[in-house]
Amino acid sequence: MNPRLSRRSAAKGVAAALAGPLALSACNSGPPAPPTHVTQSDIDKAMSTPTEINFWTWVANIDQEVALFQELYPDITVNIVNAGQGAPHYAKLRTALRAGNGAPDVAQLEFQMIPSFTITDHLLDLRPFGAGDLADQFVDFAWSQVSGEGGEVWAIPQDTGPMGMLYRTDIFEAHNLEIPETWDEFAAAARDLHEADPEIFLTNLPPAQGGFYAALLWQAGSNPFAGSSGGDFHLDLGSEEAVRVTRYWSDLAEEGLVSVDPDYTDQWYQALNNGKYAAWLAPAWAPSFLSTAASSTSGNWRVAPLPQWDATAAPASSNWGGSTSAVMSTTENPIPAALFAQFLNTDVESTTKLANEQLLYPPTTALLEDPEFTGRPLEFYGGQEVNALFAEISETVSDDFQWSPFQDQVYAEFTETVGTAFTERTDAVAALEEWAERIKEYAEFQGFTVRQP
Amino acid sequence: MTTTSNAAQAKPVTGRRRPLAGYLFVAPFMLVFAAMFVVPLLYAAYFSLFREQLVGGTIFVGFENYARAFGDAELWSGVARVGMFFLLQVPLMLVAALVFALVLDTGLARLSRVARLGIFVPYAVPGVIATLMWGFLYGPDFGPFAQIADMFGTAAPDFLGPNLMLGSLANIVFWEFTGYNMVILFAALRAVPTELYEAASVDGAGQWRTAWSIKIPSLRPALMVCLIFSIIGAFQLFNEPNLMASLAPTVIDSAYTPNLYAYNLAFVGQEYNYAAAVSFVLGLVILTGSYAFMFVTNRRSRS
Repeated sequence: MNPRLSRRSAAKGVAAALAGPLALSACNSGPPAPPTHVTQSDIDKAMSTPTEINFWTWVANIDQEVALFQELYPDITVNIVNAGQGAPHYAKLRTALRAGNGAPDVAQLEFQMIPSFTITDHLLDLRPFGAGDLADQFVDFAWSQVSGEGGEVWAIPQDTGPMGMLYRTDIFEAHNLEIPETWDEFAAAARDLHEADPEIFLTNLPPAQGGFYAALLWQAGSNPFAGSSGGDFHLDLGSEEAVRVTRYWSDLAEEGLVSVDPDYTDQWYQALNNGKYAAWLAPAWAPSFLSTAASSTSGNWRVAPLPQWDATAAPASSNWGGSTSAVMSTTENPIPAALFAQFLNTDVESTTKLANEQLLYPPTTALLEDPEFTGRPLEFYGGQEVNALFAEISETVSDDFQWSPFQDQVYAEFTETVGTAFTERTDAVAALEEWAERIKEYAEFQGFTVRQP
Repeated sequence: MTTTSNAAQAKPVTGRRRPLAGYLFVAPFMLVFAAMFVVPLLYAAYFSLFREQLVGGTIFVGFENYARAFGDAELWSGVARVGMFFLLQVPLMLVAALVFALVLDTGLARLSRVARLGIFVPYAVPGVIATLMWGFLYGPDFGPFAQIADMFGTAAPDFLGPNLMLGSLANIVFWEFTGYNMVILFAALRAVPTELYEAASVDGAGQWRTAWSIKIPSLRPALMVCLIFSIIGAFQLFNEPNLMASLAPTVIDSAYTPNLYAYNLAFVGQEYNYAAAVSFVLGLVILTGSYAFMFVTNRRSRS
């Protein structure tokens, strides 16, 4: 509340955001036209010319993998910048892109943000640099997430988050609970457990985690933005699947059978350690995260697939999180930037290091089929081969899920509608309509033509 | 008549050097001020007259963004909320700061240096740290208040719930800024001429009477400064709710305070033009509020 500090910092922030468009509108030439065809000699020439490229990432100690690239191409220098993780990273990235200077050549980009950056023409299609041939090195859903509707390759997948269920085997055993294989069994278990011990919840439903909720919708077969293309925005949150998922969680929340704590807070970390939650519906990056976040519970956790909606159909999962390396269209060094993004995420040594040392769950089929990776028993999970289970789950993630071209706004509106209903334990299905209504209003305001079924 | 002609004659003599030197002295400040404040402000004003869409590009819309802002319920509910915050928090904080300053000024309190430092220290703690600390204290299951309440078999109030959140924020700001205001008031008290106190004691006034009839009236200008700062600070509330939002994301929405709203419009919704207009409308509200306040108090002090 210091008047001097807060006013200045707010003014600076807005000023920085505003400085962009002037520069951009002043020179309509925009970024240099990207090459449409790159020959091997172009590549050889570019890679032997001393060049510096900037790489924005939040992955800790990624300099190890970057060093491998620089060994191979000693003339290219990669500067690693940590501009924050998630929202702060994207805010800075957008500001720099709009300003027309200061943007990196390569940036970490989560899957759900790719359309939010292609709508503003800020990503470079990597096909001319040979990325089109990389498709079969990656699991299908990861590759389809980085592919544009015209076959463009907007980014190279780095890690994924196929969804599973992490659970406390000690709590399950103490209360004689079976591992729920369907959502009906899951709801019944939630009731039994909470009745047996009102201090414990089968799971926590994070009310401000749009990415988690998107994964729940994805698994159920809801695909709210499917078919969106350019200025044509498709919105379907009234589908049977979306309503079913929301009804289900709304009931559990309203009856008080799940907790609704915001995640990644002190409260939540302590709850994970203290055994308030018996299960965490979480993706493949969660096991390594949890082993440090709740280290006091080592040995008590196990991993199972997500409960299913239809026990008779083939199992289905979805993805939450994971990210890519994308090349910005503003780069003046497209060849080194593109080759760097590709090397980092396809080179055998680099990807192995990313999986084993940065503990990023790999999207490459080579690693997912490598017994040395999948067969490693994890002590925290009582020696379970967790990586192998998630490798199987990877195969069950449908590959047609599409993100909106303004996903951060969609998530923000989620928290204020459906998430708030969960917290207040009111009817989330009504809030689902409100969520759709707000997204529609925003999309129209941004000039999209909104199509609803 | 003579004075003016004298002045007119005197001007050319000193005039040639003085303005130039003066301008040179203020130039470094003016340059930075212009580059970092005036130019961005003018640019933001210009920018607020456009509307840029994700689809369809940029068009000139005149004052349309302002019309939208004046009819924007989210913005005005935020303004009303920080208005409430001001009424709730500022009087308490200033009264406490005044009491501390008066007590320390009597010299009666032992260890007055230690006490002065102790009251001021929270201001030296960065607001971000203070908010994180209080966020931990407020924790609903594992925070100290909850633990203590649990020991007595009751539940602590839900500090992070929708009903108490504004009070919880006010408490953080109170904790942070009481010492700051106390120092301003204390410094002003030290500047009161000692003859006044001597005259008062000759007249037989005790400590209470001196405080009421001499100290508080002479603190008037300093209190005004504190109040103006507090008006601006309250209406620009940003850091505390922004940090608390991660603990109570469904309570502190994107438009909880007007500054938070402008920030989220720009950096989440990419509505940069509208965010600029909202910022100007907020500036106008603060300007009007501060001016109205000064106008009223000035008139009252004259009459």
